[in-house]
Amino acid sequence: MLRIGVYVCHCGKNIAGVIDVKKVVSEISKLEDVVVCRDYPFMCSSEGQQLIIEDIKKYNLDRVVVAACSPRTHEPIFQEALKRAGLNPFQLEMANIRDQCSWVHEHEKEEATLKAIRLIKAAVAKVRLYEEVEVERIPVKKAVLVIGGGIAGITAALDIAKAEFKVYLVEKEPSLGGHMAQLDKTFPTLDCSICILGPLMVEVANHPNITLLTYSEVIDIEGYVGNFKVKVRKKARKVDESKCTGCLLCMEKCPTRVPSEFERGLGVRKAIYVPFPQAVPRVPVIDTKHCLYFTKGICRICEKVCPVGAINYEQEDEIVGLEVGAIIVATGYEEYDPRNLPEYGYGIFPEVITGLQLERLASSFGPTRGKILVPGKNKEPESVAIIACSGSRDEKHLPYCCRIGCMNALKHAWYIRHSVGDVKIYVIAPEIRSFGKGYEEFYRRIRSEGVIVIRGRASEVHKSSDGKLEVYVYDPSLDEVVVLKVDLVVLEMGIIPNPGSKAIRDILKLSQSPDGFFLEVHPKLRPAETSVEGVFICGCAQGPKDIPDTVAQASSAAMKAVELLSKGYVETVPYVAKVDKELCSGCGICTTVCEFGAIEIVEENGERRAKVNTALCKGCGSCAAACPSGAIEQIHFTREQILAMIKALAE
Amino acid sequence: MKPKILVLTCTYCSYAGADMAGVSKIQYPPSAYIVRLICSGREEALFALTALKSGFDGVLFSGCHLPADCHFISGNYKARARVALLKKLLSQLGVEKNRVKLEWISASEGEKFARVISEFTEELEEMKPLPKIVRIRDLGVEEYD
Repeated sequence: MLRIGVYVCHCGKNIAGVIDVKKVVSEISKLEDVVVCRDYPFMCSSEGQQLIIEDIKKYNLDRVVVAACSPRTHEPIFQEALKRAGLNPFQLEMANIRDQCSWVHEHEKEEATLKAIRLIKAAVAKVRLYEEVEVERIPVKKAVLVIGGGIAGITAALDIAKAEFKVYLVEKEPSLGGHMAQLDKTFPTLDCSICILGPLMVEVANHPNITLLTYSEVIDIEGYVGNFKVKVRKKARKVDESKCTGCLLCMEKCPTRVPSEFERGLGVRKAIYVPFPQAVPRVPVIDTKHCLYFTKGICRICEKVCPVGAINYEQEDEIVGLEVGAIIVATGYEEYDPRNLPEYGYGIFPEVITGLQLERLASSFGPTRGKILVPGKNKEPESVAIIACSGSRDEKHLPYCCRIGCMNALKHAWYIRHSVGDVKIYVIAPEIRSFGKGYEEFYRRIRSEGVIVIRGRASEVHKSSDGKLEVYVYDPSLDEVVVLKVDLVVLEMGIIPNPGSKAIRDILKLSQSPDGFFLEVHPKLRPAETSVEGVFICGCAQGPKDIPDTVAQASSAAMKAVELLSKGYVETVPYVAKVDKELCSGCGICTTVCEFGAIEIVEENGERRAKVNTALCKGCGSCAAACPSGAIEQIHFTREQILAMIKALAE
Repeated sequence: MKPKILVLTCTYCSYAGADMAGVSKIQYPPSAYIVRLICSGREEALFALTALKSGFDGVLFSGCHLPADCHFISGNYKARARVALLKKLLSQLGVEKNRVKLEWISASEGEKFARVISEFTEELEEMKPLPKIVRIRDLGVEEYD
C-alpha cells in the first residue's frame, strides 16, 4: 500500500479565487492510496511546509503531491521540505493549478475546478508509479581550463588562480594578449591599452597557480562536469622555452621578412619572432613556412647567434593531457572580412583600412611608430572618413550591433585629431550608440574637437582622378547624397566569433545563437553558463561586447567555475535514462539519438547491451522515446507514468 | 463541451511559455491539459495515440524554437520528425492528421501559447468528433499495461 499526501495551495486568492478548493480536496481524498489531503492558504510559507513535514512523519507518507504553482519555481522549495522530513526529495510531484489553470481560466470557475481535479489526479497517478531515485555525488577535479588568452581569458584565469585553484590557460597564438594588445588606447578614458593589459599578462605568467600554454590548441575534450579530460597540442616553437632568455638576438639577425599578423599586414616581422615587444612569454617561435632553414635548408643564423643554444630545429609538437573540473571558453572575436563589402574598396585601395589597422598605425610600437600615415603614400592625411557600422546592423551581412564600432569610430577620430592635428575628420554612422558609462560624455568631447558626425550610411568609396578617395553618403538631414573627398578611409568592421571557436564548439557540443556566438543558458540571469554543465563562456565568445563588459563577464564565469570547484562535488541529474537489460537488444538506436555521448553499447557475457553513463546523461529522455523495444526508460518520465497521466486527464 | 487537447511540453521552453501565459493572465480554453516532459525529444507518438484513444480530441506537441533553442541540442528536431510520421500514420488510420499539431513556443511566448491553444481548439471544433470505433480498434494501439 502506498501512502500519498496531497496538498492543495490557495495561493491567497490566486488559486482559491477561481478554483473551489474545498471541492478539490473532497474529490482527491476519495482516491486510492491518498492517505491525507489538505488545503492551506500559502503552502510555500514556513507554516505550510511545516504542515507537510508533520504529516509525512505522522502518516508515514512515502509520496507527496503539491498542487500549487509551477514546479519551475517551487519544486526545489517543496523538495527541501521532503528532505527535512526525512523523505527522498524526488518522491514529490507538483500539479500546476495556478499558472496553468486558475490564472488562465479566471471566468470559467467550474471548469477550472474540474481541470484542477484532473491535473491532481494525473499527478497522483504518476507519483504512484515513482521508484526510488538516487543521485550520485561525483568529486570535482580542482582545476580549470581557460581557452583563450585575451583580456577575457586573462581575467578569468587570474580570478580563479587567486581563489587558490589551478588554472591551465591555453592560447593559440605565440603570446597572450588577444585583440586588446593590438589596441593603442581604450575608450572612453583613453588609457594606454598595453599599459593596463601588460601587467596582467606578466601576472598570469608568474602566478604559481597558472600553467600557461601559449602557441597551443585544445584538440580534444572528453568527460563531463567536474571531470573533463583535455588534450592540448603544444605546437613546436623550435625554441627551447627553458633555455631562452628573451634577448631576441635571433629575431634581430633573422634575414627573412614576413607580413606581420599582429600588425594586421601593415608591418613586417621576421621568420623567428615574438609578435610584439611586450609579448608574454618572451620566447620567440620559428615560422616554419617562411624560415629559410625549413624552406630551403640554408641559413641557421638564429642558431649561430643564440647565446644559450635555445634554438632546436628538431623540436616537435607535444600532446599535453590535462584533467580539469570546469572549462571557460574565452575565444574572442575577429573583424568581419572587409572584402565582403567590395563597395568600400578594401583590398583595392590601400588607403582603405580597418579599425584594427588604424590601432596599429596609432600605436607607438606599431609599424609607423605611432605616426598616422596613409598606407601606400607614407604621408599624413589631410582628411579622413571613418565609416561606422561596416557590415554591422545590415541584414545582408551581420544583423546585430557590434557594440564597439561607434565608440571606436570616436576614439579613432581622437587619434587622428591628436596625431595629425590639422585634418578634416568625418564620422559616418546611422547613429552614435554611446550607451556605456562615460560614453555619451566622450561623444560630446569628440564633437567639441571639430569632428563632423554625419548621420547616414556610406554607400560607396571611389577613387577620383586627383588620387583622392570619394565617399558617397546619403545624409537624411539634407535629403541628398554627399560626396566626401578624403585621403584615408577607416572601416569600423562588425565583429564575428573567432574562426577558431568552431573547433571548440564541435569538441564541446556548445549551442550557438543564430548570430554564431555561443549561447548562454539565460540571457539575463545566467549569462556566463552554457547548456553543457561545467562549461562557461565570457567575452566576445558569447556575444559582441566592449572591454568593461568582457571583464565583468569573465569574472562572472570565473566565479561560476570557483563555485563548482569549491563545492567539491557534482550531483547527477535524477531523471536519467535507465536500461532494462532483459529487453535491450543492443541495436544502438539510443546511442545515435543521444547528443551527449552518454550511452554506449557494451558486451556483457557475449551479448550487446546499451549502458548509460549517468554522469553524462542530461535527462532529456530522447532515447526513451526512440527505443523500439521500450528497453530504455527515463526515470520519473517513464512511458508507463506518462500514459497513466494521460489516462487520468482523459477521464 | 470544447474539444479536449493534450499538450506535450518541454520544461525549458514551451512549459515555461505556458507559465508565462499564466503570469500574464492570458486566457485560453480550460479544455487543454499540459503534460510536462523534460525535452521535446521525449515526446512520443504513443502518447498522442493513447490520448486520442482515451478521449482527447487533439494533441499539441511543443518545444523550443528551431534551429538552436533546444536545451538538449536537437530534441525539437526529433519531435518534428516524429510528428511528421505520426501524421502519416493517422491518415492511414482514417483519422484527420490535423488532430496532431506541432508548435515551437519559447519561454517568453505566453501570448503565443494561449493563441495556439485557442486556434487549435477552433480547428478541432470544425472536425467531426472522433468516431468511437476509431478510438478503440482502428488506431491499432495495444493497451500498454
